[in-house]
Amino acid sequence: MKLKQLEGLLGDLEQFSNPKVELEQYPTGPHIASRMLFTAENSYGDITDKVVADFGCGCGTLSAAAALLDAASVIGFDIDPQSLETATLNAEELEVEIDFVQCDITKLELKGQIVNTVVMNPPFGTRKKGADMEFLSAAMKVASDAVYSLHKTSTREHIKRAALRDFNAKSAEVLCELRYDLPKLYKFHKRKEVDIAVDLWRFEPRQN
Amino acid sequence: MRLIVHNMLSCNIRGVVNKFPLRIEPEKVIVKEVDFNPDFLKHMIAKIDWKALVDGARSMGYPELPDHPPTTLESDESFLRKFHHSLLELNLEEGSLVCPETGRKFSVNKGIPNMLLHEDEV
Ligand SMILES: C[S@@+](CC[C@H](N)C(=O)[O-])C[C@H]1O[C@@H](n2cnc3c(N)ncnc32)[C@H](O)[C@@H]1O
Repeated sequence: MKLKQLEGLLGDLEQFSNPKVELEQYPTGPHIASRMLFTAENSYGDITDKVVADFGCGCGTLSAAAALLDAASVIGFDIDPQSLETATLNAEELEVEIDFVQCDITKLELKGQIVNTVVMNPPFGTRKKGADMEFLSAAMKVASDAVYSLHKTSTREHIKRAALRDFNAKSAEVLCELRYDLPKLYKFHKRKEVDIAVDLWRFEPRQN
Repeated sequence: MRLIVHNMLSCNIRGVVNKFPLRIEPEKVIVKEVDFNPDFLKHMIAKIDWKALVDGARSMGYPELPDHPPTTLESDESFLRKFHHSLLELNLEEGSLVCPETGRKFSVNKGIPNMLLHEDEV
């Protein structure tokens, strides 16, 4: 599948109808989502025929992208049942099979070494400090091959240090810097749209 | 919920030791066909907790899997088809997942297991 085609399909998905501030529910836009998954597959072969988990999947844009790129199995995890319902409808609309699980990622323990790749757009930690790090820590325990994640560029050094020192990463690499549009979902945002710099990361876990 | 997911889920209540596999109490099981990918399946044989898969498939009404998996080399197409069906095509639409130690039930609605714990469980 071509990048433009993937981006187009993702652009038609339903997004959060009533975003919950405390859970940092803002959609991973089709531009970023398509590039993230496309890079994971075309540069590293981490999606097609792999088992892919999407942490904090929301309405499932990253899950859908993984399924469209022929992951063997895709599992989306989120704490919020309304988002998972929308994600289920999105998967049906695209005619792809995706499993969804309702859980708190920060308390999740997954058994075994089944998941190859974790993709995620975690909460950036603007509401609950450290939420981004808790997601990263959890992802590094689950993935056997690679973790792809988005983090604010302003946290770059901190992320790198924590990944290598605390989360058992063999490598931690920024693949590119992107602009992330935070729509004015929340009252405390003064402008109509806030555009922030985020890094697309790739982490490789040390063999557990 | 498909059995590939069931193979990873456990009961994370604090203090519980015997937390895997969760017993399946089905109310509604559906079958959704997906593409057969023999290379992927051969890869998965060694990664899957076999007993959890066999018991899970049985409880969902599919008793065709052997008690022990054949080695990757001897796995023939007829075996792989059954493995494929169990792992990726059986879906628990409605029902519960039950902790083997505490009996705590995690409900599955519209195919989505709810693994959230109550405050006094974490
Ligand atoms: C930035 S959004 C991700 C959006 C998603 N990638 C998409 O495609 O639209 C963060 C998501 O994390 C979820 N979330 C927040 N805290 C969580 C937790 N502790 N466990 C699981 N999910 C959580 C939110 O419900 C939200 O859907």
